[in-house]
Amino acid sequence: MSDGKQDETPVDSTPREPEGAAGEPDAGSDQPSRAQSVLREILESSTLVVIMAIVASLAIGGLLILFADEEVREAATYFFSRPSDTFQAMGDALGGAYAAMFNGAVLNLNANDFAGLIKPFTQTLTMATPLIFAGLGLGIGFRAGLFNIGAQGQLLIGATLGAYVGFAWHLPWGIHLLVAVLGCALGGAVWGFIPGVLKAKTGAHEVIVTIMLNYIALNLVAWLLTLDTFQRPDSNNPISPIVDETAQYPLILGSEFNLHLGFLLALACAWGVWWLMERSTLGFEFRAVGANPRAARTAGMNVSKAYILVMTIAGALAGLAGSAQVLGTEKVLTTATAGSLGFDAITVALLGRSRPVGTVMAAILFGGLRAAGPTLQVQAGLPVDIVFVIQALIVLFIAAPPLVRSIFRLPAPAHEKEVAA
Amino acid sequence: MSTTAVDTATAPGSGSDAVPRTKSWRATIGLGIVAALSLLVFGLGTPAGVQTTFTVSSSTDFITLPSITVPAKAAAVTLSIIALLLVGWVAYRANQYRKVGIWLPIVFGMVVMGALLTWAGADRSGTTIQLTGLLTSALFLAVPLVFGALAGTLCERSGIINIAIEGQLLAGAFLAALVASAVGNAYVGLIAAPIAGGIVGWLLAVFSTKYWVNQIVVGVVLNLLVLGLTSFFFSTVMSDNPELNQPLNMPDLAIPLLSGIPVIGPVLFDQNLLVYIMYAAVIVIQIMLFRSRWGLRVRAVGEHPKAADTVGIKVNRTRVRNTVLGGAVAGLGGAFFTVASGLAFGKEMTAGKGYIALAAMILGRWSPKGALAAALLFGFADALRVQLGIIGSDIPSQFLAMTPYLATIFAVAGLVGHSRPPAAEGIPYKK
Amino acid sequence: MRLELREITKRFGDFTANDAIDLVVEPGTVHALLGENGAGKSTLMNVLFGLYDADGGEILLDGERRVFTGPGDAMAAGIGMVHQHFMLVPVFTVAENVMLGHEQVRGPAKLLDLDAARAKVTEISDRFGFHVDPDALVEDLSVGAQQRVEIIKALSRDAKVLILDEPTAVLTPQETDELLEIVGQLRDSGTAVVLITHKLREVQAIADTITVIRRGTVVGTAEPTATQEELASMMVGRDVSMTVDKDPADPGEPMLEISNLTVIDPATQLTVLDSVSLEVRRGEILAVAGVQGNGQTELAEAILGLAEITSGDVSLDGEPLAGRSIRENLDAGIGFVPEDRTEDGVVAAFTIANNLILDLYDREPYSKRGAIDPSAVADHADEQVERFDVRTTSSQALTGSLSGGNQQKVVLARELARDLKLLIASQPTRGLDVGSIEFVHKRIIEERDKGVAVIIVSSELDEVYALADRIAVMYHGRIVDIVSPDTDRDTMGLMMAGAHGDQEEAA
Repeated sequence: MSDGKQDETPVDSTPREPEGAAGEPDAGSDQPSRAQSVLREILESSTLVVIMAIVASLAIGGLLILFADEEVREAATYFFSRPSDTFQAMGDALGGAYAAMFNGAVLNLNANDFAGLIKPFTQTLTMATPLIFAGLGLGIGFRAGLFNIGAQGQLLIGATLGAYVGFAWHLPWGIHLLVAVLGCALGGAVWGFIPGVLKAKTGAHEVIVTIMLNYIALNLVAWLLTLDTFQRPDSNNPISPIVDETAQYPLILGSEFNLHLGFLLALACAWGVWWLMERSTLGFEFRAVGANPRAARTAGMNVSKAYILVMTIAGALAGLAGSAQVLGTEKVLTTATAGSLGFDAITVALLGRSRPVGTVMAAILFGGLRAAGPTLQVQAGLPVDIVFVIQALIVLFIAAPPLVRSIFRLPAPAHEKEVAA
Repeated sequence: MSTTAVDTATAPGSGSDAVPRTKSWRATIGLGIVAALSLLVFGLGTPAGVQTTFTVSSSTDFITLPSITVPAKAAAVTLSIIALLLVGWVAYRANQYRKVGIWLPIVFGMVVMGALLTWAGADRSGTTIQLTGLLTSALFLAVPLVFGALAGTLCERSGIINIAIEGQLLAGAFLAALVASAVGNAYVGLIAAPIAGGIVGWLLAVFSTKYWVNQIVVGVVLNLLVLGLTSFFFSTVMSDNPELNQPLNMPDLAIPLLSGIPVIGPVLFDQNLLVYIMYAAVIVIQIMLFRSRWGLRVRAVGEHPKAADTVGIKVNRTRVRNTVLGGAVAGLGGAFFTVASGLAFGKEMTAGKGYIALAAMILGRWSPKGALAAALLFGFADALRVQLGIIGSDIPSQFLAMTPYLATIFAVAGLVGHSRPPAAEGIPYKK
Repeated sequence: MRLELREITKRFGDFTANDAIDLVVEPGTVHALLGENGAGKSTLMNVLFGLYDADGGEILLDGERRVFTGPGDAMAAGIGMVHQHFMLVPVFTVAENVMLGHEQVRGPAKLLDLDAARAKVTEISDRFGFHVDPDALVEDLSVGAQQRVEIIKALSRDAKVLILDEPTAVLTPQETDELLEIVGQLRDSGTAVVLITHKLREVQAIADTITVIRRGTVVGTAEPTATQEELASMMVGRDVSMTVDKDPADPGEPMLEISNLTVIDPATQLTVLDSVSLEVRRGEILAVAGVQGNGQTELAEAILGLAEITSGDVSLDGEPLAGRSIRENLDAGIGFVPEDRTEDGVVAAFTIANNLILDLYDREPYSKRGAIDPSAVADHADEQVERFDVRTTSSQALTGSLSGGNQQKVVLARELARDLKLLIASQPTRGLDVGSIEFVHKRIIEERDKGVAVIIVSSELDEVYALADRIAVMYHGRIVDIVSPDTDRDTMGLMMAGAHGDQEEAA
């Protein structure tokens, strides 16, 4: 893959928004005053595109649900004699599915008490936690012009080191958690450092290297889990012992909920990443290197150093996503610890436009879809895979704003028209 | 050749020498380390005075050959020295500012694996290395990698990065199983599979050429989409109707005479239809890409789209067509997992083979024959993993499973020689 | 074939690049299309060649109206074009490049007939004395040879109208003469040649008819006998003084001293700078002249540290520079205006304000202890935008939205914001309009007068003469000689081709 010839934004090729920091007053404050131009502004905004992309994806997801629903298919066989049956079945299938999603991800309206009512939402936030961590790291990479596909491997290596500290070392309360969390970050950082340094020193494309490192990490962990040091003594399965309670993230809403301290740490990281990218001189370098590495170098920036640092930081954040798994929800290390989190985090970072606030919101959205999985299975009899389909569709639509605009017949913003001309 | 003097040299910066002068010691160092390790571990690590036995034919073969027994240490040391000699050749070429061909890393890989095999099989009374079986399964395991790498080559030669090979394989595997089961004929699956892969390729092409979305993004997301979709239908429609997902078999078709040749015959010419299609695909695409009008145009589009446009070649149309074709080829390769292996469809059954195919494409330097060689090397590593598991070797199978990935990292870091992707790869063409 | 363009109009958004342009090119003549950078010459030819759709007007060939939907149509109709940036695939051979798009095939498998393509290349090459090997890889050819491949490409398609877009920009004076000779041969064989250029001498040398374009409209035609001053004022729209007002230099002590500087390109192992020695004093402008690609770029890059120094010494104000980072060299007082503004000078996706601190961002007051102060950055930007007359709605606008001239002002403003000891400006006015050129030249002379040592790298002789206090001429990575700006053009041209007066005497 040709180096340095990529687009300025790895995320999409449409012109970038002005990169003035969030919260900074927009200097070109020629806000249109009339209602019509306000409406136009809303129709052209990328927020509306995001919302419409979500709507379109849920709608396509609905079609799939209908197609897969046995009662709908059965009723459809005699559609022309009794169409009402088909529509009835369709309504049931869709209503059931969307209700299950809401009950599973937002508020459980069937619950008896307040705790039960809000439990789904806390579950959503729990599920969002690793996605926030990893998505933040990937976002830094995207803005620095690095396409890191390796969150999966970085997460796994981080989780391995953190889990090892968690179950093998027995340290006092507080210190144990701190060391375990740092272990996760360190493991991920090492696995991010490798592609960073290869890119900086040999020009090896990070996409290829990180993909390969994902599989190397998986095999490495599979091997480690056959060793006595890592394998649970009473088991033949590749599974580690449970991490000590002192190394687990404390539950922040009490034992009734799964939401743990990792979520707050993730929010803190989001703020940290915002500061890094928008306010710090280091972030300025990262952004300059991402947008034009040659100009950055001519201006005296050390591009190699930036690549290595970005990949290391991204790896550390992915490692922290691993901590949300091994020190938070799962408490053990297996080869399945990473699940598809590394790839899901890519979609999170893309949907969040690589910005911290966007990433947190996207992670909560996709965390919600994941949280709804079990409820979908139980209440609507739908496999959890439907949420991955919806997730992928959302990102595809987001990546191509003109496509969404043409589906919903929204006006194109000025810059896109120029491109079309 | 023309007798006119070749005009060279006005500008030192513009590359006026006819020989591309690239003096890089990276390949020498990278391969040298591997060869040295091979000598240390496999060569000198083998106990003296023991033997390794290779079985080259089974009792059912037309002509049976006796097993070959070699002194293990001598063989492993010899193979390692051959590897070192190959490194010497690389060093010699590097010193002359010359590059080495694709064959070298592939032969090198085979030699080192041979040393490994000799070492692992040493002093195991009662167990022998089943060479024919090993090669047969190596070829078979290489099938999806070859198709995937061909798909990658077709797309990337036209300038579209195809990370979605994994998704194309999976879609092909799924539709092949579904349609073949519905019709009740495994061969119908071979028609359905490329359609599924082609659709994924078309999506990749449209998002890349029409909406200019980053091609890596589209590739990754399409993989997730196909994974979600196939898993969803597997858990709903297929599990509700088991008759739509049956294990169907595609018989091996032994080619008369050819299949009777010792060792090579059963390995190459007693396979199922998909394998024969693979042979044809490699040959046809190799010739077409480098010697036909279509191939010249495709490569021009991938190297310098503007230049292609100025001579009247439709850049984006070429890219869309190639990406759809590439997707279809990968989709056909996906049929390997279901109808060509006699298996029903299973969730996530491609298990990352698409990414290894991508690796084979890079190691094969974007050419069909290179892709074939690299895929065979990776298939061999995979087969070896299985074989060593059978003879109870000490080598953790996970390490053998890592070899394709490590080899690829070596390759992109320039440690196995120079590789240059098509220059316009990944860049949307905008007039 | 007689080519006629009627009222061709082409708009990009609100900008009209071509406004109802009429043009007639007779067979067997050379028609020069003269105009400044950005006047609309290339746009017009791209419309003719089918690369752009016109918004109005028509194209007639031998009186017949033609519509080209793409370059394929134009070529089929007998129009050939040699683009300013060569349209050759570097990894293909000459024969493959020539056949691309109209390949001959043979045999039942319809494989490429490379022999036919080779024969065609050899035939045309021999006819015009091009000396091009059909089996050479294009990436291995010199720029001049690549241009001849482009001409072969056009002729192999039986082009009756040949468009040459700024063909001499990359050639030595001698190669330019050879090209003009070839153009003469083509004309004599009946081809209609359109020569796009902004170089007045070439026009006078070869053109039969001259059409001058300014801001997208035809401002007039001229005879080849017109003087350079007449042509220039037509091109620019007002009287142009061919020189820049400046006082004589008052050089101080040496600021930059280079001795035996050698640079070997690590990728190609070619010696791009060959024991170069020179010195630049405070308060003088040294112009480095030469045909592009003779080591000037590498010289500028080696001083800053962008290219690694193989051997030799560079010192600034007595301090050695070799082995230091770019950052340290910038901090030591080097200002650097890169040759390729959009690639190396600015980050198009950044605001003007951020581009103005691209090498100042980690200094006070723009940042303190690693944190950037947005208001200090904005204040600085507003001040600089005003001082350098950057035409923009706001300093928070994206730099990519600016014209080339305004982007160059941003680069200059940034580099001149520091206290400089040495200013290196490569091709400082390439692609700029006359107004911007004058502005940039004035600023550079102001720096000189402040006592800064200045190096200008330029392949435009006019610019070299206008600015230089001394001129260093480079050829093949070496300094041929350092001469005074009253050296005449012919001598300069010979030196740019490597001929050295002293050497001949010594021999």
